[in-house]
Amino acid sequence: MMTTIPPPEIEPTESLLDGGKSGGGGLLHLGPVDVKRKAVDDPSPEPVRTGIWVGLAAITMSFAAFTSALVVRQSTANDWRHLTIPPIVFLNTGVLLVSSVTLEVARRRVARYVRSKDGKRAAPLLWLSATLLLGLIFVGGQYAGWLQLRAQGLYLATNPNSSFFYVLTAMHALHVLGGLIGLARVIYKLREPVLSLRRSTMDATSYYWHFMGILWLYLLLVVWMKL
Amino acid sequence: MPTFPRGELMSEVSARAVEHHAPPQSFVRKHVFSLDHKVIGKQYYALALVAVLIGMALSWLMRIHLVWPNAPIPGLQLLSKTGAPGGVMTPEYYLSLLTMHGTLMVFFVLTNAPFAAFGNYFLPIQIGAEDMAFPRFNMMSFWITFLAFSILVAAFFVPDGPPISGWTSYAPLSAVGSDAGPGEGLGQTLWGLSIFVFCIASLLGSLNFIATTLDLRTKGMTLARMPICTWAWFITSCIALLAFAVLLPACLLLILDRVAGTSFFIPAGLVVSDRLQPHSGGSPLLWQHLFWFFGHPEVYIAILPAMGIISHILINSMRRPLLSHRVIIYCMMGIGFLSYMVWGHHMFVSGMNPFSSLLFSFPTLMITIPATIMTLIWLGSLYGSRLRITAASLFALGFISMFVSGGVSGFFLAQPSIDIYLHATYFVVGHFHMVMGVAAIFGVFAGTYFWFPKMTGRMMSDSLGKLHFWLTFVGTYSIFMPFHYLGLAGNVRRYSAFVDDFLVPLIPVHRFITFAALLTGAAQLIFFYNLIHSRFRGEPAPPNPWECTSLEWTMPSPPPFDNFGGNHPVVYHDPYQYGVKSSTGDYLMQDSPEQAGA
Repeated sequence: MMTTIPPPEIEPTESLLDGGKSGGGGLLHLGPVDVKRKAVDDPSPEPVRTGIWVGLAAITMSFAAFTSALVVRQSTANDWRHLTIPPIVFLNTGVLLVSSVTLEVARRRVARYVRSKDGKRAAPLLWLSATLLLGLIFVGGQYAGWLQLRAQGLYLATNPNSSFFYVLTAMHALHVLGGLIGLARVIYKLREPVLSLRRSTMDATSYYWHFMGILWLYLLLVVWMKL
Repeated sequence: MPTFPRGELMSEVSARAVEHHAPPQSFVRKHVFSLDHKVIGKQYYALALVAVLIGMALSWLMRIHLVWPNAPIPGLQLLSKTGAPGGVMTPEYYLSLLTMHGTLMVFFVLTNAPFAAFGNYFLPIQIGAEDMAFPRFNMMSFWITFLAFSILVAAFFVPDGPPISGWTSYAPLSAVGSDAGPGEGLGQTLWGLSIFVFCIASLLGSLNFIATTLDLRTKGMTLARMPICTWAWFITSCIALLAFAVLLPACLLLILDRVAGTSFFIPAGLVVSDRLQPHSGGSPLLWQHLFWFFGHPEVYIAILPAMGIISHILINSMRRPLLSHRVIIYCMMGIGFLSYMVWGHHMFVSGMNPFSSLLFSFPTLMITIPATIMTLIWLGSLYGSRLRITAASLFALGFISMFVSGGVSGFFLAQPSIDIYLHATYFVVGHFHMVMGVAAIFGVFAGTYFWFPKMTGRMMSDSLGKLHFWLTFVGTYSIFMPFHYLGLAGNVRRYSAFVDDFLVPLIPVHRFITFAALLTGAAQLIFFYNLIHSRFRGEPAPPNPWECTSLEWTMPSPPPFDNFGGNHPVVYHDPYQYGVKSSTGDYLMQDSPEQAGA
């Protein structure tokens, strides 16, 4: 440990700028960046890219805890009742999946808009707004699902199945609402006269959103199989 | 529609520069809602100080009550008329104080001080960054922690007082509501809410630490060149991220059981206070599983930063590196990894399958391997070294002593057959107070004496620090060693009075402990005096009073707003270039381009 080794070579800046290393999903960087300045000031990747994965890890862990709580609770229960998933939930699932597609289109349109000097921002804004709208429809649809469940006389405390259904869907919906705030922030930044949207923000928001879709598919599977 | 002008896109760097390079001017932005990691670190430290004062006062009240159960404590009736009529606390109120003592100490002191306070202040500086990766999240995590603290303390002022279920809040006691006793109404709900909110703050904080460490290291600062304490904060943040992510859902389910009538943790047919509880099918053990899945890693959230801090200080005081820097880091990682596989050792007597007990016992005993390796490295490195004796290095040595003394009892408790006898006795209380509580606090004291000059620009009194050390060292041993004997004699924890035949002979031991606790507590006044007096009247501190090599000592004391004056340092060396020949003396700063002589 006592040896002094020469400092490591600083990574070439190109790989940081085109984002190829960070898994940008085929999207080129949102705009030209002063390469020299970046090399001098910031030899490191943008923290948002790491932060989003760390955040998703924490969310995964939370829902893993909910799942294990469900498994333990079921194994000790003599009051486990089967629950029919409200049909609208399947429709909501479709809506959320479509919103992931529209967001991916939006991401590409944002990149195209930023790259081209005379790009119009109407197209990316339209796709982003469509995603936002679909997200809102999803949350509204989940609410309708809760109303359907209530109409069957199943409340939060009626039985463990209904408890877990409400808790899991509500926690997911809360996280989706967080994603909607993120999307609204991206739209706001895209509308500003001087564009302040960073590529990492756009990417992180979309990773989060896609993750909400995957998480929902997982939860639907859990709800369908277990409740 | 305006077109997008080329070159206007803000890079992450320039955006950060705009946000942070201009120091804030107003009092509120500077000292209250500050984005500066250094201010936030100090805020965490201050909050931990307030929490430790309350927690320590509560332990005094408990100790006094245990020895003089009928003596009125003047003024206590002001805190609760029903809990302490005439200043004499009821058995239930004893439990309330015990719950608050544990909760405040574990969450708001042992998590906040070594990890959030020192980590916030020094992690970015030690890796050469100008701030945390997400300064706004950083500010939010402190203020959310403050909110959690306020919610918890509010439990003192609700009609029934604080909850009586202990810091572990075992269900169904914690879940059924006010039928379970005073404090189990609103007080317990506030407890659940407070910890729920605390989890959010800790998750934000951990996320920030991880992203900062991975992404904001300066040129040449490879992972291997990070100081051990930076490594400790980084590993701790990984543990905290996964641990608090489990406690959060657990608290949510507990709150729902309490306020929404669900039955996650409350079994069917439960009669409490002659009332059949309107719940069915819940599993009290589920709470224990979820809680301890968090709770055991929490022990390492408290102790790992202290391990990092004292390693850093010992190396500096020995003027030579540890026998192995890397092995210490691997051991900390190993402890972090194993900490997720051992939660069941808190539940040996819960009716768990005996085979599960064995499965949990094995990794628990395995934890002793990295812990022993670390201890041997510290001791082996100390052997033959010419240690500079300062208050900081004394507390670092004290840490090792406490860690060993408290850790040895872990061997016993890790074995189900022995734990069945010792479970819920003072033996356990002695074990965790020494290894988790006092050891971590010694790390905080060591860190305070060591970094105070950097944080405030003034030196603390070293002689007062040494006096503080000896009184605290002897005092804490006097308090917690006898706990083990009490436990072996069968003294159950959480009893508010000792009236059984087999407990009465132990009362003199309790009396000794109470005197020791009062004296040790009084000795802390020396520390508070030293802290406050030195803050305003201490000698001005030079930039590098300890001749230390890490990056925080390359800047003036206290550091300027943007740490490195807008430049990023370049790192050329391993963190601990001591015992070398250089133009500065026997050490080389990490950012010195000079090559060390033999």
